[in-house]
Amino acid sequence: MAIEHDQIIPSRPTVTWRTGLAQFPWWLVIILTIIIIMVLRIIFDPIHRDIFITILQGLGLTLYVTVVSFVLSLVLGLVLGLGRVAKNPILRNLAITYIEFIRGVPMLVLIFTISFAVVPLVARTFGLPNNAVSLTTRAIIALVLIYGAYIAEIFRAGIESIGRGQMEAARSLGMSHVQAMRYVILPQAVRNVLPALGNDLIAMLKDSSLVSVLGVREMTQVARLSVSTSFRYEETYFILTLFYLSLTLVLSLLLQLLQRRMRAKG
Amino acid sequence: MSRSASQPMILIENVSKYFGAFRALDQVNLSVEAGEVLMIIGPSGSGKSTLLRCINHLEVPDAGRIVVDGITVNNNEAHINAVRAEVGMVFQRFELFPHLTVLENICLAQQKVRRRSRRESEQIAWQLLEKVGIPDQAHKHPGQLSGGQQQRVAIARSLAMQPKIMLFDEPTSALDPEMIKEVLDVMLALAAEGMTMVVVSHEMGFARNAANRVVFMDQGRIIEQGAPEAIFGAPQHERTKLFLSRILH
Repeated sequence: MAIEHDQIIPSRPTVTWRTGLAQFPWWLVIILTIIIIMVLRIIFDPIHRDIFITILQGLGLTLYVTVVSFVLSLVLGLVLGLGRVAKNPILRNLAITYIEFIRGVPMLVLIFTISFAVVPLVARTFGLPNNAVSLTTRAIIALVLIYGAYIAEIFRAGIESIGRGQMEAARSLGMSHVQAMRYVILPQAVRNVLPALGNDLIAMLKDSSLVSVLGVREMTQVARLSVSTSFRYEETYFILTLFYLSLTLVLSLLLQLLQRRMRAKG
Repeated sequence: MSRSASQPMILIENVSKYFGAFRALDQVNLSVEAGEVLMIIGPSGSGKSTLLRCINHLEVPDAGRIVVDGITVNNNEAHINAVRAEVGMVFQRFELFPHLTVLENICLAQQKVRRRSRRESEQIAWQLLEKVGIPDQAHKHPGQLSGGQQQRVAIARSLAMQPKIMLFDEPTSALDPEMIKEVLDVMLALAAEGMTMVVVSHEMGFARNAANRVVFMDQGRIIEQGAPEAIFGAPQHERTKLFLSRILH
């Protein structure tokens, strides 16, 4: 027996070492290395540094557009998602029409349509001039209307993931349909879809670059304007890429941390 | 609206229910007196659960009439809620709310439906947890409890609404054998207190100790009914005999 033990024990660390190597997040190391190289160039090269500082001026607007649009599209998405699962056929069909309409058109096209056709149309019907709504506001309206439809589908999936028995139990206790939704179904549904909502927040951050086509001076637009006079395509677009990559990386790590903490709470 | 003394607690008249072309209930007539403990047995698909679920309108009958405590159950939302307030229901899979603690599970409907204060509802919840024997689990979430404990919380949650009738839909079928007794003990105590109960279950021990009447259903119909000794001891119909021979080994 003793001999067998001696034979088995030395082989074990090798196995753990190997699986450890396979499990190690090498992708993160590679991405971080790229980021560090770029950061070093920004620190030691004045041309890179200037471009970095230029794009940095758009960071605030990128974050502002992303956060405001995301919060508002959560509200719209919840309303549409509830309409999507409503028993009332009129409500349900209205919600489905909207969702399918939005999901059937490319995001870039919708940004043009909403900003330059829908918003001016609505402004005119209220007797306002065409330029009454700022471009940044139009960008936010467009992103909210688009993401509302996508987030509605997330909420719908979340609501449908809760078994029918939960609604029956709530109703059999005398709760109304609305009360059962509010206190029993939605709290569970929202918890189930938090990872999916986190993904959409990251997607929103990336898609906020699309509103550069409206002339909103977020990071992408600032970079484009800078390039049009400096012609430093390589430096500018690599640094712009670095900005988005770092932001999404930080955001996804934060979201993972948040999820782990929520799971620990039970 | 209230029931007169001579009326039964639950009156079911000519109730039929279809799921597509499948006839789940076929002109069922049944009445349950106040304080009676009625047990419904029968093979799966016989309509026993559907009948139970019609009583608090979780299923809507296609034909016939159901009167609960003097209130006719129809599509009127106010009538449905009035009936549901009087009728507690316990499910096979417990259906506790997993995002709430045990205490919150028992308090939620008290506060939102009965409009009780937090203090009052918690006081009632503690009394009921004492009654079902698990006051020490009050601050846990359902997922941390055993099946038997979860089902006892579910019973307490229903009782907190102070119902006149309790419906049990196979309350012990999802439980490990060693946990069945703790749930049956709570049900026996409830029956001894005079609660009107309709129980869909095959627990012979409960039938013998608590049931006043046993109803045997098959293919959406009531085949025969009577005292437990009569149904289990001397069943009249072939189908009842066949069914009992299968479950009584």
